[in-house]
Amino acid sequence: MPLLEVKQMTHFFGGLRAVHDYNLQVEPNQIRGLIGPNGAGKTTIFNLITGVYDPTEGDIVLENDTIKGLQPFQIASLGLGRTFQNLRLWRHMTVLEHVKMARYSKITYGLSGAFFDTPKRQKEEHEIEQLAYDLLDLVGIRHLAGQVVTNLPYGAQRRVEMARALATEPKILFLDEPTAGMNPEELVQMMEIIRRVHQEIGLAIFLIEHRMRVVMELCQIIQTLVFGEVIAEGTPEEIQSNPKVIDAYLGKEVEV
Amino acid sequence: MELNVEYEEGNRSRFRNLLHKLWEPYKHVPLLGLLLAALVAVLLEMLVGQPLARLLGMSKAPALFGVIVVLKTPILIPSVLLYILLIYALPIAITARLTAKLTNFIAAKLFNTSSGLSILIHIAFLYAILHLWTSISDYRLLIVKLTLISIIITLSLNVINGYMGEFSCSHPGFIALGAYTASVFTIVLFVSENQFGEAVLPPEWGPFLFPIGLVLGGIAAAIGALLVAIPSFRTRGDYLAIISLAFMFIVVSLFNNLEIVGGPRGLSNQPDYANLATIFVWTMLSIWIINNFVRSTIGKALNAVRDGELAASAMTVDTRKTKMVAFLFAAFWAGVAGGLFAHVIRYINPGTFGIRKLAEVLAMVYLGGLNSVAGSVVGAVGFNMLSEALRPLEILKWIVIPVMLILLMIYRPTGLISFTELDPIALVKPKSMTEGEADNATS
Repeated sequence: MPLLEVKQMTHFFGGLRAVHDYNLQVEPNQIRGLIGPNGAGKTTIFNLITGVYDPTEGDIVLENDTIKGLQPFQIASLGLGRTFQNLRLWRHMTVLEHVKMARYSKITYGLSGAFFDTPKRQKEEHEIEQLAYDLLDLVGIRHLAGQVVTNLPYGAQRRVEMARALATEPKILFLDEPTAGMNPEELVQMMEIIRRVHQEIGLAIFLIEHRMRVVMELCQIIQTLVFGEVIAEGTPEEIQSNPKVIDAYLGKEVEV
Repeated sequence: MELNVEYEEGNRSRFRNLLHKLWEPYKHVPLLGLLLAALVAVLLEMLVGQPLARLLGMSKAPALFGVIVVLKTPILIPSVLLYILLIYALPIAITARLTAKLTNFIAAKLFNTSSGLSILIHIAFLYAILHLWTSISDYRLLIVKLTLISIIITLSLNVINGYMGEFSCSHPGFIALGAYTASVFTIVLFVSENQFGEAVLPPEWGPFLFPIGLVLGGIAAAIGALLVAIPSFRTRGDYLAIISLAFMFIVVSLFNNLEIVGGPRGLSNQPDYANLATIFVWTMLSIWIINNFVRSTIGKALNAVRDGELAASAMTVDTRKTKMVAFLFAAFWAGVAGGLFAHVIRYINPGTFGIRKLAEVLAMVYLGGLNSVAGSVVGAVGFNMLSEALRPLEILKWIVIPVMLILLMIYRPTGLISFTELDPIALVKPKSMTEGEADNATS
């Protein structure tokens, strides 16, 4: 049984058909990739599944329950964590606060704890903090915990996003171009982190990526999206040799 | 020419060195030491303030550090300065420095026994100082009361405008709701007058039931906030600013037309329940609770919503609920402050809660600093002092203050102390402990 299943999802922005008849099945502990030229609708698919937009047609099922039509925060609490293509960090908050914030829906001390600083709250905040430090260890930025995120280099900011997404305790992690804008060194480190997350926590991962190297090395199954439609799906080898994919990326070969 | 510049720079650094040397010992003075020193100064003023003021040519001891005297009769400026030096500056400087060792030792002892107890003792100390300081003149007492109330108002508006990053204009409306509700509560129950007739309960109960009236005022304000929040938090943007501004005008015109509470003539005869102690306790309570709230992860969700709502919701934050709770919470405190205000002035009318009040409240928040509890305290105190100091300018005051605010917005757009966190435990920590003392304290 798949962990996440998207059935015949179609979405219109006004008269523009952004996504057409999109299907997806993610198995537990699988890494899947989504590639495609700019403007193909990859991020739109992420936003549809995570509840930012409500799909015009189709259904989205997470572990037997439909999550279509739920609010983004509800979908996130159900176990669908994500990162963003253009880093959406909170510019006045520290790294540690970012990771702690992602525990929001798991907090049980409630408003009375928030107002009166009860022992229960102190205990819980302490636990959240420990967990946050563990996650910062995992992505290798524990030493930056007290820094405000805007002061950090780009690679570190990407890691903050990663740790923050992991703190929501996802069952499946959506990564929107996790290596965008990174230099080769940061790229290798980020791939290492993704692998570690996959192996140590055993998460399923669904990622959008432009760098073929990353996709080909990490993903087990890849979908290619062009103008909102999947034109090819298969293992990295199959995708690499698929003439339709080559056409979409490089253009058709013309007989001279 | 160059030589001259060098000489001046040398002079300046020498001056800076001197300042640094003078300041150095004060880095080790704990908060307790400063409070003790302030207490000494206040006692000194009680004993010799009046004769000294006469000696210096003033009719009586200057009420607010002479800020009013300075503009009214500039010839007295040297006397005022001398008075401040002799009564406040020197005694505080000397006591703080001489007792630094002792106060550090006591602060360490207290801190190691229980940080909560230590905080309470500091607060009690602060109250003692305010109590003695205000016992000299009624004018001073009134200003301190109003300033304490301003702290509650500023802090609560900072939750919305600073921490949550929305722009709300409805605070005067919330204050009015609180003021009227609490006034009606106390007047109906404990006062016999023409408007509402005989007192329902024996007036002796009044001071004890007064907190209930304040809480009711807060709840009334929170209900008002709910009316604003439901339409305006569906989306982000300028909606809240516009709707909340409309709300403020609606509240004013509501009370203008409500004959039962006096209409435009207003409501008077509030009993004199809001003494300094009551107001002080409520102010401390509001600082404590609001500070707790904004430091918790639940409260920090406000910052997350402000800095990126989409990311916040992707990180499981229920953004709509977060905004609603914060808005109602802030309105509640504005209502409580309104109730206290009504019982200090003991007369309210709808005109009090108009656009001018809004300007004052916003000025206090932006002067002190966004997203900062300490900033709000500084803003409220600073603005009230400034406002009193410029009182002799009369209507010109409302040209000078806005100009100052414009300059502030240009040079420090987020206010004097912004984006800080107030940790009361760090505040009461002893500043220096020799190793022996630390060992003693822990063993």
